Amino acid sequence: MHVTRDFSHYVREAGEGLRHIDLAVEGVHCAGCMAKIERGLSAIPDVTLARVNLTDRRVALEWKAGTLDPGRFIDRLEELGYKAYPFETESAEAAEVAESRFLLRCLGVAAFATMNVMMLSIPVWSGNVSDMLPEQRDFFHWLSALIALPAAAYAGQPFFRSAWRALSAKTTNMDVPISIGVILALGMSVVETIHHAEHAYFDAAIMLLTFLLVGRVLDQNMRRRTRAVAGNLAALKAETAAKFVGPDEISQVPVAVIHPGDIVLLRPGERCAVDGTVIEGRSEIDQSLITGETLYVTAEQGTPVYAGSMNISGSLRVRVSAASEATLLAEITRLLDNALQARSRYMRLADRASRLYAPVVHATALLTILGWVIAGASWHDAIVTGVAVLIIACPCALGLAIPTVQTVASGAMFKAGVLLNAGDAIERLAEADHVIFDKTGTLTLPDLEVMNAADIPAHIFELAGRLALSSHHPVAAAVAQAAAAKSPIVGAVEEAGQGVCAVVDGVELRLGRPSFCGAEALVSGAALDPEASIVAFSKGGERFILSVRQGLRPDARAVIAALKARNVGIEILSGDREPAVKAAAHALDILEWRAGVTPADKIARIEELKRRGAKVLMVGDGMNDAPSLAAAHVSMSPISAAHLSQATADLVFLGRPLAPVVAAIDASRKALQLMRQNLWLAIGYNVLAVPVAISGVVTPLIAAAAMSGSSILVMLNSLRARSTSREIV
Amino acid sequence: MEILVILVPLALMLGGAGLVAFLWSLRSGQYYDLDGAAWRAIADDEPPQEAAAKR
Repeated sequence: MHVTRDFSHYVREAGEGLRHIDLAVEGVHCAGCMAKIERGLSAIPDVTLARVNLTDRRVALEWKAGTLDPGRFIDRLEELGYKAYPFETESAEAAEVAESRFLLRCLGVAAFATMNVMMLSIPVWSGNVSDMLPEQRDFFHWLSALIALPAAAYAGQPFFRSAWRALSAKTTNMDVPISIGVILALGMSVVETIHHAEHAYFDAAIMLLTFLLVGRVLDQNMRRRTRAVAGNLAALKAETAAKFVGPDEISQVPVAVIHPGDIVLLRPGERCAVDGTVIEGRSEIDQSLITGETLYVTAEQGTPVYAGSMNISGSLRVRVSAASEATLLAEITRLLDNALQARSRYMRLADRASRLYAPVVHATALLTILGWVIAGASWHDAIVTGVAVLIIACPCALGLAIPTVQTVASGAMFKAGVLLNAGDAIERLAEADHVIFDKTGTLTLPDLEVMNAADIPAHIFELAGRLALSSHHPVAAAVAQAAAAKSPIVGAVEEAGQGVCAVVDGVELRLGRPSFCGAEALVSGAALDPEASIVAFSKGGERFILSVRQGLRPDARAVIAALKARNVGIEILSGDREPAVKAAAHALDILEWRAGVTPADKIARIEELKRRGAKVLMVGDGMNDAPSLAAAHVSMSPISAAHLSQATADLVFLGRPLAPVVAAIDASRKALQLMRQNLWLAIGYNVLAVPVAISGVVTPLIAAAAMSGSSILVMLNSLRARSTSREIV
Repeated sequence: MEILVILVPLALMLGGAGLVAFLWSLRSGQYYDLDGAAWRAIADDEPPQEAAAKR
């Protein structure tokens, strides 16, 4: 059968006869990788651009149309030691990128305006105590207005728009007091300048916008990065399928271009990327990613298969169905929708702070005006003082308090191998006090391991590994990997559903079912792990058995102990059979566990814990976990998780160890503590500065000093989130 | 104080030039990959013969 790879879906025209493709690359993390990849790809003739983006872990490639197959870039990267996948920008990510450019442009305009207005303000401030002529002061004020008014009109857009949206929805947010403060400050300054007054607040208004925009840009950058990570994860799944394009010709195409009714080939050892029904062939399939059940299921004509299933023994032809036809999925989707609706009720710390903040500030300003009028001041002076209160109280530091911590903390988590999928995940993770683990693929590793490799002579094990290279069976693949086998044995023959055999130096070697190798006696005599798949190996008359199963993550025990030391409740909820779950719980010293749990049961358990006031962190990977990931207060998935689960989880962790779970909890707790500290710092500043403003002695100089002082203090405090403790256990 | 007639427009022009430079750098995508840019500054240049061979 002829197989071709089709990447045309991802290639786009870049103009002037050039083609462009974006690849998501796994494992790029330093300058060395960057140079290696760029040089390696540029060396291919006709490549005009090869540029790595280290932030997003992507490569942009351009080449002359018609000369190259994009598959070649992927092969080249493979040679260099990187796995790469074609990548398509989602519309959601494109929107985030556009938004972050807009904010950066606003910040640029505001920052340059601030610098220039400051340059004019400082002579005025120093002139007020020396010998500046009133005409000169007015001239400088007019120049400030000339710069500040258009700059504020442009750079204030994000705040004005958001405030307008909130007001037209009859609610209020942080942007309402900001917008009112900026507009009043600018308006009052213009009026004061017309009347040749001593003080104008152009500098304060535009500086306020600058500081707030710094917070917005940081916040947006984190969101953009999160989106980019989510986009890469989708691409790294390498969702392709072997689609029949002719009776005997198949093409490896991305899942995006497969439609219901298409027929795809599912070979042994492949993970299914689509939902459908088997129309031809017979095999065993591993559905653990969908149900958590580790026993294989027999698939034959008419059996439904779901995306995420692993085909074990035989080739299957699958007719693709629309996702909604599958009953299991439909049930999971329904539960997921319910859970997601309930989840959106969480209110972020920043929103809670601003909801309290806006009415207090406005009431204070209003009371100040009325108070001064009652005390006998003129309306003009009273309003000037009221506006000064608004400017001083404007939440400059408050706007920076949370985004700066989040940026620093997410960077620290990124280094620990944890990716954020949701912007408010840090806050919610910090509150978690009860962890529910799924077993299969979460506490255990997703791939198979040979458990008794140490009991078998090294040279025999190596031979078995080499023989295993000739089989597509996942168990054989695990044996080959465990033995670190590189060179397959020439002339090895695979007997479907039985095993592989070969003859080396006149001695027959066999690897496969115990019956295939004549090792039944050995198997029935031994006390075996009920969960493991048993393969036998024979060399001439010698016989050995290998026990292959999913092993626990290497540091699972230490991580569980570390969580217990942090006073976090732990339990296992698994869809797998009781003996398997019991064994894992016993090995990890976890007292609370339930086996054979359905997705609905998992949600019921989470709801029960919620009623008791626990904040649940759900860690799971299966598609059956997706609804409970959404229902939990916060959720985490390993990188190997099913698509749906990963999209639902708030955080995703990389690699084989479980340690990132603890690292993430530690980092987020520290971050939340710093966020609270920052909010108190910002409030403390207001408590000191607002009475000064109410008393009417504030000058533009005091306003500027107070505002920048508090902002810098908050930013410096945020940097402390960088040093998370290295020690996990 | 007549010097202001020269200094003020000069200052505004310099500020404007800075802003234009920033907007240009933004438009040409220099803020897309801040992590990479930090490393590129210290990366070795491509050896000249290789660069020449490519052309």
